[in-house]
Amino acid sequence: MNVNTALGTWSELFMLLAALVYMFVFIAFAWDMASHSKTLREAERQDQGTAGEKALVGAATAASAQGAAEERGSVARDERNDSGSGSRAGWRSTSAEALEGQVAGATMAYSDQDHRRPAARVAVVLMVLAFAIHLAAVVMRAIAANRVPWSNMYEFSTTGALLISAVYLVMLTIKDLRFVGVLISGLVTLMLIAATIAYPTPVSPLQPALQSYWLVIHVSIAVASMGIFAITFAMAILQLVQDRRERRILAGGPSGWAFLKIVPSAQSLENFSYRLNSVGFVFWTFTLAAGAIWARDAWGRYWGWDPKEVWTFVIWVVYAAYLHARATRGWTGRRSAWLSIVGFICILFNYFVVNTVFDGLHSYSGL
Amino acid sequence: MGRKAKGQNAKGQQTKGETTDNEKTRGRKGRPKTSSDVAVPALGIVGMLRWAWSQLTRMNTALFLLLLLAVAAVPGSIFPQRVQDVGAVNAYIEANPTTGPILDTLQFFDVFSSVWFSAIYLLLFISLVGCVIPRARKHWQAWRAEPPRTPARLQRLPSSRSLELGGRDGAPAPEADVVVERAAAILRKRRYRVDVRDLGTAAPSVGAERGMWKEVGNIVFHLAIVGILVFVAYGSMFGFKGQKILTVGDTFANSLISYDSFTPGSNFNADWLEPFTIRVDDFTIDYNRDTEDPASYGMPLHFEAGVTITDAPGDEPREETLSVNHPIGVDNVSAYLIGNGYAPVVRVTDGNGDVSYEGPVVTVPEDTSSAVSSFTLKAPDASPEQLGFSGTFLPTAWTDEESGQLTNADPDLGNPVLVLSAYSGDLGLDDGTPQNVYVLDVSDLRELASPMTENGPVMLSEDNPRVELPDGLGSIEYLDTVRYVGLDIHYDPGTRGVFVSFCLAFVGLIMSLFIVRRRAWVRVNTVDGPDGPRVVLQYGLLARGEDPRLTAENDALAELFTAEWEDIGVRDSTATTSPAARSKASAE
Repeated sequence: MNVNTALGTWSELFMLLAALVYMFVFIAFAWDMASHSKTLREAERQDQGTAGEKALVGAATAASAQGAAEERGSVARDERNDSGSGSRAGWRSTSAEALEGQVAGATMAYSDQDHRRPAARVAVVLMVLAFAIHLAAVVMRAIAANRVPWSNMYEFSTTGALLISAVYLVMLTIKDLRFVGVLISGLVTLMLIAATIAYPTPVSPLQPALQSYWLVIHVSIAVASMGIFAITFAMAILQLVQDRRERRILAGGPSGWAFLKIVPSAQSLENFSYRLNSVGFVFWTFTLAAGAIWARDAWGRYWGWDPKEVWTFVIWVVYAAYLHARATRGWTGRRSAWLSIVGFICILFNYFVVNTVFDGLHSYSGL
Repeated sequence: MGRKAKGQNAKGQQTKGETTDNEKTRGRKGRPKTSSDVAVPALGIVGMLRWAWSQLTRMNTALFLLLLLAVAAVPGSIFPQRVQDVGAVNAYIEANPTTGPILDTLQFFDVFSSVWFSAIYLLLFISLVGCVIPRARKHWQAWRAEPPRTPARLQRLPSSRSLELGGRDGAPAPEADVVVERAAAILRKRRYRVDVRDLGTAAPSVGAERGMWKEVGNIVFHLAIVGILVFVAYGSMFGFKGQKILTVGDTFANSLISYDSFTPGSNFNADWLEPFTIRVDDFTIDYNRDTEDPASYGMPLHFEAGVTITDAPGDEPREETLSVNHPIGVDNVSAYLIGNGYAPVVRVTDGNGDVSYEGPVVTVPEDTSSAVSSFTLKAPDASPEQLGFSGTFLPTAWTDEESGQLTNADPDLGNPVLVLSAYSGDLGLDDGTPQNVYVLDVSDLRELASPMTENGPVMLSEDNPRVELPDGLGSIEYLDTVRYVGLDIHYDPGTRGVFVSFCLAFVGLIMSLFIVRRRAWVRVNTVDGPDGPRVVLQYGLLARGEDPRLTAENDALAELFTAEWEDIGVRDSTATTSPAARSKASAE
């Protein structure tokens, strides 16, 4: 059970190094956003003279073969609406046309124009590097303490940030989610800095209450769902901004915020974050149940309305409401995005405030 | 984000008009407006109830109640709750004499059993049942019915395709009925339930549907949530929880009077307590003795109590080990190791020379890492005056050479010292008012010895175990120190039901979220070609709910159908089929 303090110090150094590299990732992603929007703005300025003409052309080519091949999913839906006779369906397809070129593809696939985003590519490479350093730091911490590295606030924060980073990198291999890169790398950097500044805790052995295999199961799944919810939180914010921009474009106004051109439409962001949130909700449900089973072994009751339990329940209910909102008229779109944001704010509260301020059985912050 | 003039070009104006239209529609759908001009017909009581029921079972209402439930739970984490700590609630009310009682009246200290919290979740559950039962009935009907009839124009479905069969090496066109049957077999293999229809006509077709278990999962999830609530309620009605502090060597017999505190469920009968006994044989703590780790040196690493259990009088005693996270079970009751501490054994002799107290005194740890504990002892039997003691117990006391300050060096038992203040007078125990044994109210007592008095506090240690009290009021003697354990003894007959319900809910949740429900139709038309008749297999897919993989399913089906008829030749005719030909085909 002895701890290795020297290795613990190395781990802390590596953690700082990882935070530094994440900061560069953040800068690179921000640079990508800015430079991309600049290129796009210049292109826009050149096109200004032929704007009207272009709109007509755009409308005519909306259902062009290339578009259909690239975005089968979304176009297919529009096709259905196309043939329908309702005015709403008609608007649907018109809006898709109006937004053509203003938002990124719904499939969130990597395009062959990728070489035009060098900063984004640098950011991803740096992020892999940062992740590797971060992973090494967390593993060293685990070896130094001779246990799982999540038993106090410092360790929750650093391992949580690692999981967010991991979930994001895995998602990147499937879809081009670099548009949330700024938000994710910013969040991870903040978490690492917060851990180092606010919650520095030396490596220590596990207190008896935490000596259970449920620590491995319960906390790891909790942290993993946090990683998922962090990504959907970032997407919900983008969804709101993009939705606002889309409405302005549809109203005929200037699009503004050109960097949002590399962000998919609000609708596709919503669809994708719904799928992620479904997974996150299942994870969270499991976290809640595993916590209850553990609580029964450790404290003699499976549920006792401890502050942490209250907030885990609140979060569960908020995301349950989110999932229901998708099936409720008048609650899709912006409102469900807000629910996703509120859910993640609750998670942050549960994590930073409940762990440290509220006096409960979950006071393992090590502070 | 500056706003410029709207409608700069034709496109802008056009879309603007459309948007307004849409907003109108959305507004109408989102918030149903009731006009006061319209005369509302009298509903009557039945009508009112029906209206209330339909309002309650609406999805909007359920969503609202869900959010309300989340908000209502929050005060339960802000204010101390009686379910957790009655003492904290009393302290809060005492500290806030104005707001405390108001909050108490509004049940903010019993949030989770309050009228308003209960009202929300009961309404939510009624709404849930009112929503799920009709859905279950509907799904039962859909389950028994055939897949819906084949739409006239499959190309208008969200995802569709046409495949032209035959033509390779002059292969003749296959028979339409056979093609339909084979397509149905392929769909069945992909776990669609299929219905082959219109055989023998010019355009036989297959109606197929998959993912019927999605809705089953949905219904199971919601009913299982109700099950959780039911079993939680059952457990709290017929269970109990109790606490008992046992010094090492003591035996606990499971009966109502043995408990230090006992909270029965509303329907629990104390006669049901099983007559088992638990004796604490020993209690050990492993401390961190790693000198290279000063930060957590001395931190307790493991608590373990050796106990002997007799399940019923006359049964063979059995030995068990009790530790944190590892409760022991006796019958259906579980015992948990919740706390521990030191109980110094002292003897109090009164002014008349009689022993008025002798035994272990349970101390309350003030700080878990150092194990410094607060000591309180009341000796109401002492005469001529009752005696009271309060102070601190240091397990390993150590005097700083320079400052002369007494501090605690280690949580383990090394050099136990009691630093006490002694009081005499009426302890207030004789009038029967219940008192906290861990608190000595000194307001009406006379101070005999304390850090403030001339002679200083009473200091007891192994080297100096006995101290005479002033004025010949008696003496106090330190004899020994033993450890005690705090046991929680719980019985909750609903636990198993809650667990099973949760497992069902979890499986249901996964089914309802990740099973994809979709419909597919295949129709086979025989059309005339330049070189004889050609068979066109057309299929369309329709998602029911979230289905991001509809297009992928289309491609997968295309591959399967192509493989099936590859020997006679397959050509994708989706793009080439002109709209005219399409409408002609569907007209047939």
